[in-house]
Parts: sequence; structure tokens; C-alpha cells
Amino acid sequence: MAMSTLQQPDIEPKNVPHIVDEGDYDEVPLYKKRDKVYPKRVSGRFRNLKWFALIALLGIYWVVPWLRWDRGPSAPDQAVLIDMDLGRAYFFFIEIWPQEVYYITGILIMAAVGLFLATSLFGRIWCGYGCPQTVWTDLFMLVERYIQGDRNARVRLDKSKWTLEKIWKVGATHVAWIAISMATGGAFVLYFHDAPTVMVDIFTANATFGTYVTIAFLTGSTYLLAGWAREQVCTYMCPWPRFQSAMLDDESMIVTYESWRGETRGPIKRKNLVRGEVPETGHCIDCHACVNVCPTGIDIRDGLQLECIGCGLCIDACNEMMDKVGFPRDLVRFDSVQNSQLRSQGKATRVRIIRPRTIFYSLLLVIIAVVMMFGLANRSVLELNVLRDRNPLFVALSDGDVRNGYTLKVLNKEQAEKTYVLSLEGIDATDFQIIGLTPNQDGTYDLDVAPDRVGSFRVFVAADPQTLDGKSTPFEFTVTDKETGNTETYDTVFAGPENDR
Amino acid sequence: MSTKVEKDQVSGTDTTGHEWDGIKELNTPLPSWWVYVFWITVIWSVGYWVVYPSWPTANDYLKGMFGTTNRTELHETMASVAAERAPYMERLAALDVSEIANDSELLNFSMAGGKAVFADNCAPCHGTGGSGNPGFPSLQDDAWLWGGTLDAINQTLHVGVRWDANEDTRFNDMPAFGRDELLERDQIEDVVQYVLSFTDRATDAAAADRGAVVFEENCASCHGDDAKGVQDLGAPNLTDAIWLYGGSKETITETVMNSRRGVMPAWEGRLDEETIKMLTVYVHSLGGGQ
Repeated sequence: MAMSTLQQPDIEPKNVPHIVDEGDYDEVPLYKKRDKVYPKRVSGRFRNLKWFALIALLGIYWVVPWLRWDRGPSAPDQAVLIDMDLGRAYFFFIEIWPQEVYYITGILIMAAVGLFLATSLFGRIWCGYGCPQTVWTDLFMLVERYIQGDRNARVRLDKSKWTLEKIWKVGATHVAWIAISMATGGAFVLYFHDAPTVMVDIFTANATFGTYVTIAFLTGSTYLLAGWAREQVCTYMCPWPRFQSAMLDDESMIVTYESWRGETRGPIKRKNLVRGEVPETGHCIDCHACVNVCPTGIDIRDGLQLECIGCGLCIDACNEMMDKVGFPRDLVRFDSVQNSQLRSQGKATRVRIIRPRTIFYSLLLVIIAVVMMFGLANRSVLELNVLRDRNPLFVALSDGDVRNGYTLKVLNKEQAEKTYVLSLEGIDATDFQIIGLTPNQDGTYDLDVAPDRVGSFRVFVAADPQTLDGKSTPFEFTVTDKETGNTETYDTVFAGPENDR
Repeated sequence: MSTKVEKDQVSGTDTTGHEWDGIKELNTPLPSWWVYVFWITVIWSVGYWVVYPSWPTANDYLKGMFGTTNRTELHETMASVAAERAPYMERLAALDVSEIANDSELLNFSMAGGKAVFADNCAPCHGTGGSGNPGFPSLQDDAWLWGGTLDAINQTLHVGVRWDANEDTRFNDMPAFGRDELLERDQIEDVVQYVLSFTDRATDAAAADRGAVVFEENCASCHGDDAKGVQDLGAPNLTDAIWLYGGSKETITETVMNSRRGVMPAWEGRLDEETIKMLTVYVHSLGGGQ
């Protein structure tokens, strides 16, 4: 039901002749030639929104690596940093160790569900405003327009012969694009090293080979994707447009053309304007302003389509024209398909944000966020892992006792040198030693672990088989923070011979 | 066969002219740049022929610009590994085995290297991780035939045990008391009862008493009056819970009858000094080191 109304604008027959004289089948090329898009400059509400998104997102990208965050002397002071060498990720007050990478999974799931929610509410606003492909393409088009002029000038320039002026203009455009691309690739590596240090290293040729390769790769891909590929990325490479319709319903706000009001389209008749009469044709004056500004080069009047990135620039363009000819605004508007239909029937429109679909996505988002927050809030600053020797399971000693070996990993996630007391519980140990350490008076051991590091200790425990509970005796290791009393236990077993032997 | 291009009425898109059961396929062709990318990858592959070994010729093959082979790559990799190890190896050569533990970096290096060398050379008899096999001692427990200090382990590794090719090899030879008829059958039974009595497992107290005399005359010279073994002679302690060949009455009888003659190769000359040092440190760390 929802889908049928959604697709309705597409179903109206185009009234094209069944057989057209566009040549024979054996003359049809197998591959489609690229139709270069020359988007025209436009101004208005949606263009302003797009400028705002552009500045904000690029600003975040280039500024964030330079933000500082004090974590004490034992950790880097970069607010956002992924330290591959040490295996730590820092995000302001959050620090993630490699085994906590599930937080990243959580963030990715939240991003996906957030995208679903935004799409079901507002259509493809991610594509139109947030996606790096859109943002960088927009920036590249701005540069292009600044140097080569607006749509008509660019079309003319492309068609013209190679003159000095053309060489200068096209050359300058590409140089500017490559400069932006290098800044893009250069900023990316700042997220993986101390930004000021690596910045100096890059310019003094002291950075690692991998750093330069990364910069070169991202420079190349930025230049290629934002300078050359542009809308081809959205249409042919990106999977998102292909399944976006699964998130849309007929109440989703999308960029729509009010065909009931616009058709039958045609050039405006002067006499109608003069006399103030209702035009014989629809409000669409077929000026192609919406097509000319479209960054993907489509005609929004064909209805919702795969190539539309939902940026709304056609709305700005159309409104400008409608104002000029004195017709009501919003012939192309940001609204739902349902509202467009209601309006055509003269009924009241409504915007319903709360729908089963959006409730579901929001609920999912909230649940994942709560689980993540709970996990982060309860993130332990101390962890104990015990790896029991399995080869052999136990060693028989000369006095008849059996000995088990363990490797203890004590994870100190605090930015301070720590001393933990290690004790055993649940086993009658005849011997308890740690290679390289001397025991305390009460038989426990003090384990020193450097700030934000893992301490590794080799532990041997021996016991009399008579006191053991057969092949496997459960017991636990306990580490206690000497200052805070913070405790972590690990349940393990002591392996011994079978009782009846 | 040439027919005019047909357009789909609903979408206004050209069809391909293909039709299956009345369903016509719309023509939405691949962008041409996509095809260019394919051709670029094809051209790129030609670069591989130039740089890397590729086509066979009648008697040979195209060697590529740099003459790359997996064999030279292997040698280069091994050489670079050796170069990386060299500073550690130099330090190892300069230090005595007992001093290695003081240098934690060198200790880590030795442990890792020792583990790898152990798996290649020692594990077939002593088991991976040195857990031992019947007849091949466990290197993790606290009983050592020839001593468990760093120096003793180092020496054993160098000279081996009963390894004829090495002059200084660890050597002892327990007589085959039964086979060579040095003792009567009932004497052997008595002395086995006596040996079992050290671990409170004697089943015939009278025989054990008789065996004490046999032990003193035949065994104590090597195993000691108290039967606790003599490490300098490689004579095992008979009073503890560890039995290299098994501690049952049958296996002890078999040992007294026929003797045992375990052999370990001397690694001197087979492995270099630095590697033997790494092995020493590793074996010492397995849990039994003294």
C-alpha cells in the first residue's frame, strides 16, 4: 500500500511512441557515455543549509586532530587519537583498548540505525548534506565555479579550443583540487599520530613510509572521486541508494515535484501574466532551472529516483523562478508523497514524525545507546586474565606434589603506576611462586604494573594431590589494588592426577 | 536482423530488444568509464610481466627487471632477520648464562629464541614445552639427573649424555644385574622390594630387609647410601616420586635386570654457542630451574 502510493508518480505513462526512430538495436552502444553535469549556482534556504553543513563538517575534519585533552604524563594529550603502535584509541575522556573494540561495533551499529531513522524521516539527507562524497564534491565545484565561472561559462569553456586562457583556467582548477586533496590526505594521518609532531615530520621528510603512502592514496582518491567521478560514485558505486527505499514510506519527507500542480508543463504565456488569469498550462514553466542546478544532473520532475541525493537545491532554483513569474512557491518541495496527494485533493496536510517505523528505529537507537553508556560507565580500570598451562596439564614433583603453571595478565587501565596484591583462594597450596618476585610475609605477592600497560607474570602453584578434588580443582586468583582496594578475581582450575591412582 | 529500438511505455527507457515470456529487459547500460577501468587493470598487468618473472621461454623464463625469485627473497629476509638479531647475539656471546637474566630485554629475546630452537631440536624426545616422555626426562619438574642449575644445563646441552662422539659427554653405566647374572633372581626381587620401601610401597617387608644388604653392596656406590642419588654421577634419586622409566614394581625390576641407557646428543658444534645459551635460559625457565 505504502509502496504503491510512493511509486505513483513513476507509473504514469510517459506517452512515448512505442517504437521510436532512435536507430536499430545493432547501433545501440553497449556502454553509456558519461553526460557531464554542469551544476548552476543557486541560492536559497537549502543552499544555505548545505553551506552550513559543508563548513561545519570540513571544520570538524581539519580541526579535531589539533584539539588537546590532558590525560597526565603517561598518555598522549591528543583529544582524538588512534594509536596503532600501542593499540589504544582515545576519544576525549574515553580510552579504548584493543579487546574493547566492540564499542566501535556499537558506534557503527548506532550510525547505521541513525541513518535508517534519518532516512525514514527526511529521505536521503545524509547523501545530500553529510556524506564525504557530497561535501568534497561540493567544495570542488565551488573551486571550479570560482575559477571557470558558472554553468554556461563552463559549458562554453569545455567546448572551446585550447587557448592560453583555457589552459590557465583548467590547470588552476586541477592544481587547486590537488591541493585540497593533499590537505585531505594529510589531515587523515593526523588522527593516527600526535598531530603537531607528525605535521613537522611530514614536511621535513621524517615521517614513515606508511604515512606518505596513506597521504598519497587519500590525495589520489579525493582528487579522483570529488574531481572526476562525482555523481558517478553515488549512482554506480554506492550501495545505499539501491536499498534506501526499504526505509522510506509515503510519509517520509523527500524532495518531490507537485505534478498535479505543475502539469501540463509548458512555457508561460505572456497574456496570462498580464491579465492575471489562470494559465492554461500547469505552473511548471519548463525552464529547466531545477535540472540545471542538480549536482547529479537529473530531472526531479520524473519523481523519486535512484540518482536523487535529496539535497533540495532544485527547490531553491524553482522557488526563485516561481517568485519571478508570480506563481506560488514550492512547486518542488520538501514534503511527503502523501501530503502531495492530499494537497492535490484540497485536503489538509499533516507531518507525522511518530510512526511505527520511526518508533522502531528510535527505540533501537536508544537501547543500543543505553547499553553502550552502561558499558562505558562500568568499564573496569583493572582486569585480570589467567592463561593456564596446558602442556602438560600438571607437573609431578619429586615430593609427590603436583604443580600447575599459569601466566597472569594484569591490565592496568589507569594512568598511574599501580601495585596489586595477588592472592590465592580455594586451594591448599604447598608452594606459590612467581618467577622473579619474592613473596610478602603472608605469602601473597606484590605485582607492579606500569600506567596504562599490561603486566605479565609467570606463576607456579603446587599442591598435595591428597587435598585436591580429583582431576580438576576450582580456585581463584585475586588481585587487589593496594591504594583503592579495587578487586578483580579470576576463576580457574588446578589440574591434578585422578584420585583413584 | 535489424529492428527499431523499442521504448518501454511506463519508464520511457529503451529496451534491449530481449524478451522472455513477454517480459522485456530495459537497457540500463554500464557507464563506459567502468569499462575503461577494466582496460586499465589489463594494461597494469603488463607492468607485472616487465617487473616480475612471468612467461616461460623455450629453455628459460622471463626474469623480470629485478630478477626477483622467491629464493632470493627468502635469503634476503633471512639475512635481514640475522642482521636484526646480530646485536642481541653479540651481547649473548659476551655474557655468561647466569648473567643473561639481569638484562630483561636479552632475557625476552633468549626465551623466544630458545622456545623456537627447543621446538625444532628438543621437542621430539622431551615433548613440546619440555613435559617429557617415558625414558626422556621432564624438564619442568624439580628432579635433575645431571643438575638443574644454569651452568649444569648448559654443560649437558654442550656434551650430551652417553654421546660417544663427545669426549666430555655425561656418562654413567648402570650394570644389567639380571641379564649379566650379577645378581640372582631372588636378590633382584629383594632389592626391588627395598627400593619400593623408600616410597612406602613395599609389599614384602622381609624381602625389603634382605634387599637392603643387596642395595648396599651393589647400588649405594652410585645411588648413595640414602638412595637419594648422586648428581655428579647422574644417578637418580630413588626416594622421590619421579621415575624416568616408571615407578611400578615391574618397570623397576626391568631396570635392575637390564639396565637403562638413555642417550642425548651433544649440541656443541651442531648449534652455535649463542643458541645453546638461549636454550639453557629457556629450559631453566620451564619451572624446574635451580
